[in-house]
Amino acid sequence: MRFQAASDQALLVYLGEEISAAAHERGVRLLRVLRSERIKWLRNIQPAYCSLLITFDAVAVDHAEVQAKISELEMRAKKLPALKPRLVEVPVCYGGEFGPDLEDVAAQRGLPAEKVVELHIARTYHAYFLGFAPGFAYLGDLAEEIAAPRLETPRKEVAAGSVGIAGRQTAIYPQATPGGWRLIGRTPLEIFRKDREPMGMIAIGDQVRFRPITRAEFLAARRA
Amino acid sequence: MSLLVVESPGLQTTVQDFGREGFGVLGVSASGAADSVALRLGNLLLENAPGTPALEMTLTGGTFFFPDGAVICLAGANFGAQMDGKMLEPWMPHAIFPGKRVALGATRDFARCYLCVAGGVGVVDFLGSASTHLLSGLGGWEGRALRKDDVLQIGRLEKNIRRRKLRPEVLETLKPEKKLRVTRGPQFDWFVEEARSALAGGEFVVSEDSNRIGLRLDGPRLAAQSRAEMISEGTPLGAIQVTPSGQAIVLFVEQQTTGGYPKIANVIGADLHCVGQLRPRDTIRFEEVTLAAARELWIEQQRLLGSEERLFT
Repeated sequence: MRFQAASDQALLVYLGEEISAAAHERGVRLLRVLRSERIKWLRNIQPAYCSLLITFDAVAVDHAEVQAKISELEMRAKKLPALKPRLVEVPVCYGGEFGPDLEDVAAQRGLPAEKVVELHIARTYHAYFLGFAPGFAYLGDLAEEIAAPRLETPRKEVAAGSVGIAGRQTAIYPQATPGGWRLIGRTPLEIFRKDREPMGMIAIGDQVRFRPITRAEFLAARRA
Repeated sequence: MSLLVVESPGLQTTVQDFGREGFGVLGVSASGAADSVALRLGNLLLENAPGTPALEMTLTGGTFFFPDGAVICLAGANFGAQMDGKMLEPWMPHAIFPGKRVALGATRDFARCYLCVAGGVGVVDFLGSASTHLLSGLGGWEGRALRKDDVLQIGRLEKNIRRRKLRPEVLETLKPEKKLRVTRGPQFDWFVEEARSALAGGEFVVSEDSNRIGLRLDGPRLAAQSRAEMISEGTPLGAIQVTPSGQAIVLFVEQQTTGGYPKIANVIGADLHCVGQLRPRDTIRFEEVTLAAARELWIEQQRLLGSEERLFT
């Protein structure tokens, strides 16, 4: 574990120096302990691949005190029993109007579009963390054969439910937002709803699988 | 409840309070007032709770009709507010009689003006806060900036408001500065010596392409030593991240919660309200301070903002 001051009110806690299941698991355990404690000075926790950003009340504590508390909690986090991950299945209509970049990705990687879809649905993905916008889960790791860089110029608006890829990650846009990921399909599911509990369909540590559906199935699901 | 009718919205007017901090696990950034100091003082002058929801206007204000009357206070930048051709001074409560309208114009000094209302602006909370998050279309008034003919509920005045004035030295101490104090960012060491000295001594211009998500700065390019891919990590409010082309971006209240660009520095807490008052084309500079000094400044600012005796005459 390594600590790094990020701002006068925030501390980065690195649980590893590379993207790995072990570092992520360590971060999730620490997150569980932090959330179960009632720590008065704790203002926010932002998890990522192998780090937690801790924002604290700088009137009450300084970086050294936060660091001491985190070190103590990490000892307890190690002893937590592992949680069985939840599996979330996401139906996706690939290509066409819903996946305007599918052909591009296929051409870039020298694969037929069907092969891109096949590789996308073949894996079970790990939800590393949520970021960018409410409910946006960074899912990995995408098969190397279909990894593709972000668009040079992001779209001004990406439709809610769009499934995109960027590098070795894939994700579902929960709301209509600007976005630079390459879009290969769309789900009829409402990934994030503020009037639902929980609001987000995917949480940190979940496992996610994609299942192909036809355009007719997509439209039927949207009507339901 | 009384009503507020938007006759013209201004450039970008949203409902804001102190934001919804604490939902990083859901990928939700805090949002909230760009100048939380102005929001707090405006509310305190109305004897509201400090984080009561108000209208945040940007660069150019709107025109608002009060069919039932209200008591308001304008805080932050001076947008030349008028009622019936009479100027409404900022930083003091004004009674708006039923059927009157308040018209605001272009800014005369800074970027954001708050129209605070005794009893507050009423919207449905999202995750415990009234603040609008424009990027995701959540919170505030229908998750968006106000439009012509929107009708919002506002508090009804139930008590007499004491005629208090801010001490002149308070506004002087909290005046938005164009020299921002920073602490070193987590990837400070990644940057070459020229980049570090450019940050410390250089002038940067706030680009037109700046908003509540972030402020893009034109100026010296800040080169990183290694081109090593960074692993995305949580980004604090006020982080100065640098794109591969060397452009600095100050992450602000509606920022993405994580990012993969190296962060050379971070604006200190006590100067974040100054960021909210920067206008496009403003020239700014940075000054490095230690974490300990930044903390002292923060504690002193919090003490001042929490002390009725020190704030008001």
